[in-house]
Amino acid sequence: MLESLLAIGGLVLLRDSVEWEGRSLLKALVKKSALSGEQVHVLGCEVSEEEFREGFESDVNSRLIYHDLFRDPLNWSKTGEAHPGGPLGALRAMYRTDSCSITIAVDSLSWLLLHLPCTELCQTLHVLSHGNSYPGVNPPVGEVRVLGLLHEELHGQGPLGALSSLAQTETQWFSILPDFNLDLQEGPVESQQQPSSHVPLVDPTTHLTFNLHLSKKEREAKDNLTLPFQFSSEKQQALLRPGPGQSSSHIFYEPDVYDDLDQEDPDEDLDI
Amino acid sequence: MCPRHPRHLPIFTHPGRSVSELGMFPELNNLLNTSPDRAEQGKLTLLCDSKTDGSFLVHHFLSFYLKANCKVCFVALLQSFSHYNTVGQKLGVNLTTARERGQLVILEGLKSSADIFFHPQEEPHPLRFLRETSAESLQPLYEFVREALKPVDSEDTTWRFPVLLVDDLSVLLSLGLGAVAVLDFAHYCRATVCSELQGNMVALVHDSEDAEDGENELLLNGLSHQSHLILQAEGLATGFCKDVHGQLKILWRKSTGRRDRSLIYQYKIQDKNVSFFAKGMSPAVL
Repeated sequence: MLESLLAIGGLVLLRDSVEWEGRSLLKALVKKSALSGEQVHVLGCEVSEEEFREGFESDVNSRLIYHDLFRDPLNWSKTGEAHPGGPLGALRAMYRTDSCSITIAVDSLSWLLLHLPCTELCQTLHVLSHGNSYPGVNPPVGEVRVLGLLHEELHGQGPLGALSSLAQTETQWFSILPDFNLDLQEGPVESQQQPSSHVPLVDPTTHLTFNLHLSKKEREAKDNLTLPFQFSSEKQQALLRPGPGQSSSHIFYEPDVYDDLDQEDPDEDLDI
Repeated sequence: MCPRHPRHLPIFTHPGRSVSELGMFPELNNLLNTSPDRAEQGKLTLLCDSKTDGSFLVHHFLSFYLKANCKVCFVALLQSFSHYNTVGQKLGVNLTTARERGQLVILEGLKSSADIFFHPQEEPHPLRFLRETSAESLQPLYEFVREALKPVDSEDTTWRFPVLLVDDLSVLLSLGLGAVAVLDFAHYCRATVCSELQGNMVALVHDSEDAEDGENELLLNGLSHQSHLILQAEGLATGFCKDVHGQLKILWRKSTGRRDRSLIYQYKIQDKNVSFFAKGMSPAVL
């Protein structure tokens, strides 16, 4: 399954949530790319280099180049260590014109999305993965793959949709073993990398001891029932076309079965 | 008798006499499988509360790390020093002593925010954003934290590892900062305290019941993704109960290779202790 994910060039979006973290999947893909001989560049914004490299063997680590945006991304320490172009400059600097195939892992796109305008990020990602539209810049010769980790709760539908439209992958159910190998399991296919469990929809009326459904005759009878306080057509016509001498307001009352209309004045016997 | 108190009012408790040597809440230590002498380092713990008051978790971690002989920087924005000291004494720690011997550095938000407006300041104040018309960043507050926790060679006692405790981050949103500014502050604190100094960071965020509060949601979710351990205190869905004050959900994240683990317990807050039990197993109903 990893091979199928890595076979396509372009942008691969890994969407995760708080309960199901996606960094392990990102690291699994990074490990697979590195072991197949590619150079892997990691733009690390969310975890330190030590934490990202943890769990990788030395042959993977030797092919992994970590670009640190974690320690001082906004240049608060003013030591000059931060990238001169800020986060956007650091992302753009990942653009490579080398001849070999490379994989760029962005950890995470959410961090960049919170600090950069969505349009600029999308444009830069598109250039990174497809290598055109920058004037005067040579397109990359080798295949470029961009893996982006995205925390889906942090963003609205707009940015998520924009990034999704840039990506093109499918996913399958999987589990990640401790040494970052992937264990493929049978399961449904979905349109995004979304390792979240789906609760099957259950019809609550199936196993009841009483009947909640209506038969055809019952449904017809229900539809034909006039409600006691319904605005009937007679009332409606009378109001719409007031007859002569009906300038004052009238009360239209339709007594039902239980009404007891007594025309006598109940206060007649009062001696006021 | 510990009264139930609404979230935003100061808590009035009786100063009790100093309790056991253990301090903190020993049952919570058991649930988290930790103790002051074998606490893990380099971790961010997120505390959040929803429909209840989660400040008992703040008091727990404050006394826990002081007992563990760590140097603690406490950004106390919600309550006064004397309040934390009073509750701390019930849990077996004396904040005044800790402050005097240099183990505890505390930034009292309530007091120092008044200082910004009414007393002249020479050097930049950590809460300087309160005076700025468009508050953009919490860099001065981060500088304060870094200064407080950086290792000093001249100190006589060596503390085990530094700890940053924040009560709480949601207050910063109420004071006009954006969620991204608060997330950046948390990011830099994590980079310095957890990564560089191999210390721990504990922060409380309120989970507002208001679904329209996008900024708080962003702050809570953003921090959740960065945390190693999340403790969520929730009020019971059915409302107030005398014997069960709430439910605590414990979520361990980022354990490489293993699935994230979560546990749910119910709890009752007593005067000097919090007792935990499995759902439905409160002693009152058994």
